[in-house]
Amino acid sequence: MEPTKKFVSGDEAVAIGVKLAKPHVIAAYPITPQTIVVERLAEMVESGELESEYMYVESEHSALAAVMGASVLGARTFTATSSQGLLYMAEVLHYASGGRVPLVMMNANRSVALPWSIFGDQRDSLSLLDSGWIQVYVEDAQESLDMMLQAYAIAEHPDVLTPVMVNLDGFILTHTYECIEIPTSEQVETFLPKFEFANKMDINEPKNLFFSSSPEHNIGFKYQQHKAIENAKSVIEEIDKKYEAVTTRGYGGLVDAYKCDDADYIIITLGSITGLVRDVVEELRSEGQKVGVLKVRYMRPFPDEEIRAYTKAAKVIGVLEKDISFGYQGTVFTNVSAALRECDVQLINYVAGLGGKNIAREEIVHIYKELNDTENKSKVSAVKSQAVRFVGVEVPKDED
Amino acid sequence: MSRRKVDKTFKISSIKDLPCGTYGKAMQLTETMEGWRNEAPIIDEKTCSLCNWCYLVCPEGVIYQEDKKMKIDYRFCKGCGICAKECRKKCIIMEREEK
Amino acid sequence: MKTKLEQEEYFYGHKGCAGCGGSIAVRLALKVLGKNTLVVLPAGCMSAVGFVYPQLCFGVNALISPFASTGAMLSGLYVGAKALGLKDVNVVGFAGDGGTADIGLQALSGAIDRGDKIIYICYDNEAYMNTGVQKSSLTPYGAKTTTTPAGDRIHGGTYGRGSTSVKKDMFDIVTAHNIAYAATASIGNIPDYIRKVEKASKMQGTSYIHVAAPCPTGWGVESSDTVAIAKEAIDCGLWYLAEYEDGEYTLNRDVKEFTSVKEYLKKQNRFKHLTDEDIVAIGCQRDKKWKSLRKKAQ
Repeated sequence: MEPTKKFVSGDEAVAIGVKLAKPHVIAAYPITPQTIVVERLAEMVESGELESEYMYVESEHSALAAVMGASVLGARTFTATSSQGLLYMAEVLHYASGGRVPLVMMNANRSVALPWSIFGDQRDSLSLLDSGWIQVYVEDAQESLDMMLQAYAIAEHPDVLTPVMVNLDGFILTHTYECIEIPTSEQVETFLPKFEFANKMDINEPKNLFFSSSPEHNIGFKYQQHKAIENAKSVIEEIDKKYEAVTTRGYGGLVDAYKCDDADYIIITLGSITGLVRDVVEELRSEGQKVGVLKVRYMRPFPDEEIRAYTKAAKVIGVLEKDISFGYQGTVFTNVSAALRECDVQLINYVAGLGGKNIAREEIVHIYKELNDTENKSKVSAVKSQAVRFVGVEVPKDED
Repeated sequence: MSRRKVDKTFKISSIKDLPCGTYGKAMQLTETMEGWRNEAPIIDEKTCSLCNWCYLVCPEGVIYQEDKKMKIDYRFCKGCGICAKECRKKCIIMEREEK
Repeated sequence: MKTKLEQEEYFYGHKGCAGCGGSIAVRLALKVLGKNTLVVLPAGCMSAVGFVYPQLCFGVNALISPFASTGAMLSGLYVGAKALGLKDVNVVGFAGDGGTADIGLQALSGAIDRGDKIIYICYDNEAYMNTGVQKSSLTPYGAKTTTTPAGDRIHGGTYGRGSTSVKKDMFDIVTAHNIAYAATASIGNIPDYIRKVEKASKMQGTSYIHVAAPCPTGWGVESSDTVAIAKEAIDCGLWYLAEYEDGEYTLNRDVKEFTSVKEYLKKQNRFKHLTDEDIVAIGCQRDKKWKSLRKKAQ
């Protein structure tokens, strides 16, 4: 059988990816812009093309708790959420990672109230960076499908056993239609092993799970968790290579660098905005400018070595992100800065797209120009050196 | 019947001894509770009618019938006194223990 | 007694207080349900005393769930077992009164709504005991807790010093869901409790058992009084034994003549401050409750 092609939205691509992974249990709770994922899965179960137990639950908190319950019996599971729903799950996120339950969940990146907004930014998942989950951010519908399959392989890997959150930009990716290639079930079988959970509950060898531990041992469990996500770095690359061998599509592991090797000016991105930045890089390169874009694919584990390796030539780096940790800077920027703390490079944080605000092509062009200007004016910038720059916000003169 | 075994030698000397995540063997007992009590129940075999009521009301499950006698697993008895109070034949007394 | 209890102890070596009523409820239910049982306990007394690594006190598969998640994790286990083809397993949860009537109410409601074949047992000791006696919505009227002190300021007035709200009726709440089976029980009537747990295990849909399980520490009675005080609550009419099945109510014991409410209350430190007027008010609440119970069970 040959892989088929289909014109689908990001949400639908996720549903197809999940279907191919054949989860035993799916827990569903609606929230815009994720809802289409669980609706499509319901249709697949109803039509018989997917054999799963499909549960409707009464909240996101329960959705995650329910799939944890199923997972500890050795079931492969799926649930999806977004924004307020993800935050409502927060307690259970920590629970799942501490319990080393290899769940896979899709999150549609959406702004967090207040003010209310159903549109996209990445403040929901980035605010839960410390919850112990592996976080991957995808760029297009094809990657959405492919990463659902890779996510199961990563989470369930015996050296990792850590839940994985696959993040799609709300609307921009979840609701945009693209033509994707759907792997055949033979390809999936070759790639994705059956879920074997050594820790699972067993009637003949009963277990007591999710216990409390004294301060003496507690830190040991936390060390294990940290180690497991560190282990994931090599596992992620290994699994991506295996996926590429089966489907011809690979994503390069923790980061995806485009024309960074000799670039003076690099924008670091997360998620779907990368496509637009890459177009701008093409354009500026044709004009002879040495620019590049480095897409961070995984926020945890964080690709610190990869960022250092790909930005060796860079003079100025802009970190463009749909996030702000109020009172400091964007979370991606904080992480990138830490990775580059010993490197001789200037960094500027561009906060954009909050609450779904469009990021225009000209704004990206302007960012590259600013990076250039910053360098040309040596270390003392003519552009007033704010730590964080809000793109597309006209700051009143007296505040500038 | 056999009572639950206790492994008092169980020790975690390094991280390697910890399970991968919060997963333990069911009924893994490493300590006993006799130190909790001030009084211990004593069953008078002569008046006991083996009605098993004390076995039912015990919060610890330490009272059991064996060889036509009610026995107590004193390792885990906390000396709450429910058995003595509830005994219909009044054949259990609580006796002060010297420490 | 018709139900055969397993000889094996499945809840053993735990660190509950001496005379703990909740432990009796958990221990006996597991002896009814046996080896093929998956247990969920949310944060609360029973999980705090039973899972202190490396001392793990459940002899069957058991886990601690997040506080609000008893119903959801029970459902997850049930659905997971179904998906994996595990046959003849009992899925049972033991949550306290706060874990059931307050923080866990939503997840319990969701589980009943789905009709998952699970057994939810609420061991009701009438306050947040694990954290040191704070009021829950199942704390009875008049009871002193650390968040409802027996003074005049916070919850003052002539009546109702201590908790000023009337205990929520979880039995009514779950039966309003058209649940397959619901019952109230008490460790003051063990044969009745055991029968109800067994009945729940045979149901095809969701079962809920609300078992009164006194806490000597929180109630201020002797550790030896746990079972006796539970029995007295039934005798004086402040607790009742009932069942709901197929839309029908049964009052298991219609107490014709109640024993003294005052005597029951005055044995407990948590009610020591009550005035005669408070006690009259509690008696009136009881009579109102029984009027409605008898009507339902007709």
